[in-house]
Amino acid sequence: MLRPISTIGSYVLLMRRVFTRPQKGKLFWQQLFFEIDQLGIDSIGIVAFISMFMGAVVAIQTAYNIDSPLIPMSMVGFTTRQSVILEFSPTVISLILAGKVGSRIASQIGTMRVTEQIDALEIMGVNSANYLIFPKVVASVLINPVLIVFSMWLGIIGGCGAMMFSKLVSMHDYILGIRYYFEAYTIFYAITKTICFAFIIATVSGFFGYQTQGGALEVGQASTKAVVVSSIVIILFNLVLTQLLLG
Amino acid sequence: MIEARNINKSFGENHVLRDVSCKFHPGKTNLIIGQSGSGKTVLMKCLVGLFEVDDGQVLYDDRNFSAMNIEKRKEIRQELGMLFQGAALFDSMTVQENVMFPLNMFTKKTVEEKIDRVNFVLKRVNLENRNKLMPTELSGGMKKRVAIARAIVMNPKYLYCDEPNSGLDPQTSNVIDLLIQELTYEYGITTIVNTHDMNSVLSIGDSIEFIYEGQIWWSGNKEEILHMGNKELNDFVFGTELTKRLRK
Repeated sequence: MLRPISTIGSYVLLMRRVFTRPQKGKLFWQQLFFEIDQLGIDSIGIVAFISMFMGAVVAIQTAYNIDSPLIPMSMVGFTTRQSVILEFSPTVISLILAGKVGSRIASQIGTMRVTEQIDALEIMGVNSANYLIFPKVVASVLINPVLIVFSMWLGIIGGCGAMMFSKLVSMHDYILGIRYYFEAYTIFYAITKTICFAFIIATVSGFFGYQTQGGALEVGQASTKAVVVSSIVIILFNLVLTQLLLG
Repeated sequence: MIEARNINKSFGENHVLRDVSCKFHPGKTNLIIGQSGSGKTVLMKCLVGLFEVDDGQVLYDDRNFSAMNIEKRKEIRQELGMLFQGAALFDSMTVQENVMFPLNMFTKKTVEEKIDRVNFVLKRVNLENRNKLMPTELSGGMKKRVAIARAIVMNPKYLYCDEPNSGLDPQTSNVIDLLIQELTYEYGITTIVNTHDMNSVLSIGDSIEFIYEGQIWWSGNKEEILHMGNKELNDFVFGTELTKRLRK
């Protein structure tokens, strides 16, 4: 019972150290661009692959389930757009990023901990929590919305491609559907969720990496914990944010 | 001078340091020796503030380090250099970037000035023209020398070395020991070396603190250590077959 409370307490205390002014602005900017490249640009391939196929599958499944002649076939495009924008891109892609980026952050910081590199930073008088975790949080919060918007676009294109090849729905109907009753607020909702999830991925993974003690085995465990806990927190916050923003 | 006054440190039920008091003098290589698990590393980590002491004081030239807040400690830490047991070089950086890191973080020198300083300290540790190598491309001894270069690049007043010879062959160990001693004399640094290597003790031990079961058991220097009647100390000093035979 006390362990989760103590973990949350340690997380809050670490975040107090993380969210301080960087000691050297120039180094912070260098780190930030490096992290944007490592955490964001490096994830474009997997995001593109998953989004295209996800959009295609959603479109095929929707077309397959429309039996009634009373439902217009443009509903396939509409449903694909809504599913991709509201849920698949922000949540599923964030869960994928929790696995890819989260394990990377936790194992990198965990390895630095067990090889005394973090102690070396502390001895020099560097706020190691701020130096190592803050640029990752800022980079994730900045680049993940870009990835998610890219994912939304590719998801809809994927659906379009699937319809084009399977000929389940005409291009005219699909495009009519994806343009039908579009509300910009859904994008705001998706971006808000993405920013929260990006924050969760970077801080939770940073926390588990930073708290690592021991050797290679513990680095692996920290990495696994980071992915599992980030994913659970994302799922919980998905419900809370959806209730707050759409309920 | 660095002074430890009545330091106590426990981890749960395990009382690791018991009322430890000792002084480490400037311009000397001060050794902390003892068996594995005797509390050497915990004492060193308490001195640099990586562990908080439960009780007692750590003084840097009469400045009470243990009572300082994080901001005040940062000022002292910029006067510290430390060589870690595994060198603790940043894997994502080249040799030059590793050594330049403290300069980038804490000085406003121009790039040329920083490169000059890096080249100077690398030359001092006999690693000229290795600037572009990554830590994975270095041998154990070279890693230690890069770590020494990084530790001295800011002209520290205090230098800590945690097991500088671990994992090194006797000849390379000797090179590292002599380098630490030369730098100590050259710059008048207060150097504290944590070791259980008797070669180091006999070659560079200007001042020695023998720690046994978390207590300072004996203090002296390399001349005195071979002639003491203290059982625990003798068990440590003459613990190997080689030293036993030499003693006979």
